[in-house]
Amino acid sequence: MTSPQSASKSTSNDSIMLEIKNQLRVRTGENAVLGPDTNITRDLGLDSLAIMDFIFDLEDSFDISIPMERIAEVQTLSDLAKAIDILQKEAA
Amino acid sequence: MSGIFDKFAPLQEQHAALTAMGRSPADIEFEEILSPTEAILNGKRTVLMGTNNYLGLTFDEDAVDAAIDALKSEGTGTTGSRIANGSYDGHKALEKELAEFYGMRSAILFSTGYQANLGAIAALAGRDDYLLIDADSHASIYDACRLSDAQVIRFRHNDADNLDRKLKRLEGTSGSKIIVIESIYSMLGDMVPLKDFVEVKKKHGAYLLIDEAHSLGVLGDKGRGLCEHEGLEDDIDFITGTFSKSIGTVGGFLVSNLPGLDIVRFVSRPYMFTASPPPSVVASARKTLSRIAGATELRKKLWDNATQLYNGLKGAGFDLGPTLSPIVAIRLKDPEQAIALWNGLLDAGVYTNLALPPATPYGWYLLRSSISAAHTPEQIALAVDVCTKIGKELGFITLSNSKKAYAEDLQGNGHAQLNGASEASSSAAVEAEAVEPPATGGPAARV
Ligand SMILES: Cc1ncc(COP(=O)(O)O)c(C=O)c1O
Repeated sequence: MTSPQSASKSTSNDSIMLEIKNQLRVRTGENAVLGPDTNITRDLGLDSLAIMDFIFDLEDSFDISIPMERIAEVQTLSDLAKAIDILQKEAA
Repeated sequence: MSGIFDKFAPLQEQHAALTAMGRSPADIEFEEILSPTEAILNGKRTVLMGTNNYLGLTFDEDAVDAAIDALKSEGTGTTGSRIANGSYDGHKALEKELAEFYGMRSAILFSTGYQANLGAIAALAGRDDYLLIDADSHASIYDACRLSDAQVIRFRHNDADNLDRKLKRLEGTSGSKIIVIESIYSMLGDMVPLKDFVEVKKKHGAYLLIDEAHSLGVLGDKGRGLCEHEGLEDDIDFITGTFSKSIGTVGGFLVSNLPGLDIVRFVSRPYMFTASPPPSVVASARKTLSRIAGATELRKKLWDNATQLYNGLKGAGFDLGPTLSPIVAIRLKDPEQAIALWNGLLDAGVYTNLALPPATPYGWYLLRSSISAAHTPEQIALAVDVCTKIGKELGFITLSNSKKAYAEDLQGNGHAQLNGASEASSSAAVEAEAVEPPATGGPAARV
């Protein structure tokens, strides 16, 4: 049984992941394989500057600021989606 | 067994590759320093165009004499920190003179500019506070953030709107918000749109700290830097700076008009746990600082020289940083071009700085030069000529190239946008087109 609460949570996580992937595809090209376990710094061939720019764009899309110490903890797309989800809830 | 240095293999390779292509910047060794603008390198007389010696005062006779006197009367070093081992007269006097120079209540001396940023920022920003730093910040600012317990939020380079949004998201939180910016950014020589930042700072009740490392002695009628040049000194909470550039020695400082600054001495580890500047250094810093306000002619010469270099290279078709300043950086497409140009200049007797990622913004390959008031027009003409010759030989500048660069910048459509930079940066690119011989104490394009 899925409670209404967890259903809405997973929807918001899906939409976060969708936006992350959209923003990444602009930088990696359409063919990149992007999954929850994709490692942002290792798997995508993006340099640290491209990643910084990607984070700035995400901050604007979600109207949040991601502190540097949070970014340091993120490795995979799923880590990033979770961090954004938490920051959005903190801001609300 | 893996060796302790194995993790640095990629760096080793880069260093080896640079050496194979000519030389590595880390191996440059001047056999003799002839003057602020000339040295002997590999037995060859070489023009120095990568020094940060903006006013050319490293051989100033009064400063040298003052240093010798102090050396003889007070010895070679202080052998300890001021908290543990006491202050010398000179430390106190220099702090008083710094505060007077800036027209601010108090000043604190540090052993280097790097430590001034580390010590000031880490002390000011505590656990519940927020540091908002520019993405292009100097390493000393990034390292200060690691030393601080505050939350660190980066904003897009020179983008006051981006900062505004980030401060807005912090509304309702209780900690202090401390914005950290630089006046002239050290790699590209671009300037912060200070007025926009002051507006945002006031709107959100944040504190503003500006590092004037590259603008002390360079900007403003009295040489106090960008804040003076823009008439915004009353809106600045903290200024950090260094003696290692226009002051021609070593040391750093924090000045502020806020009452109670002295407490920083007791909480700032880079102040407490390192030796204080030696008497000779303090003496030459005092002597040179006392000259800065009146160094109007030197400032004019500096800006004339910067204009000659910037316009010379721009006219030849090189892609430069967006703003005319004493830091003139050529942006190159790939490392091979940058390395070839750097080596070619050295072979012709001109020393500049090779700057490669990750030390550069946006992963650019830069040939960075810094101009001095002590350069002669002939030395600058030599640099422009050699650059142009090599650029043409290697095929990375052409005449159409130069016209295109001008046209793009006029539309605010050049590289400023590659980095998603703010309106301010794009308009800086347009301003740079209007370069004329500048008025004393600042670039004409911004007056
Ligand atoms: C912007 C900026 N801040 C601080 C410093 C550090 O100055 P210092 O050489 O006195 O440590 C530098 C110089 O590298 C700099 O460019």
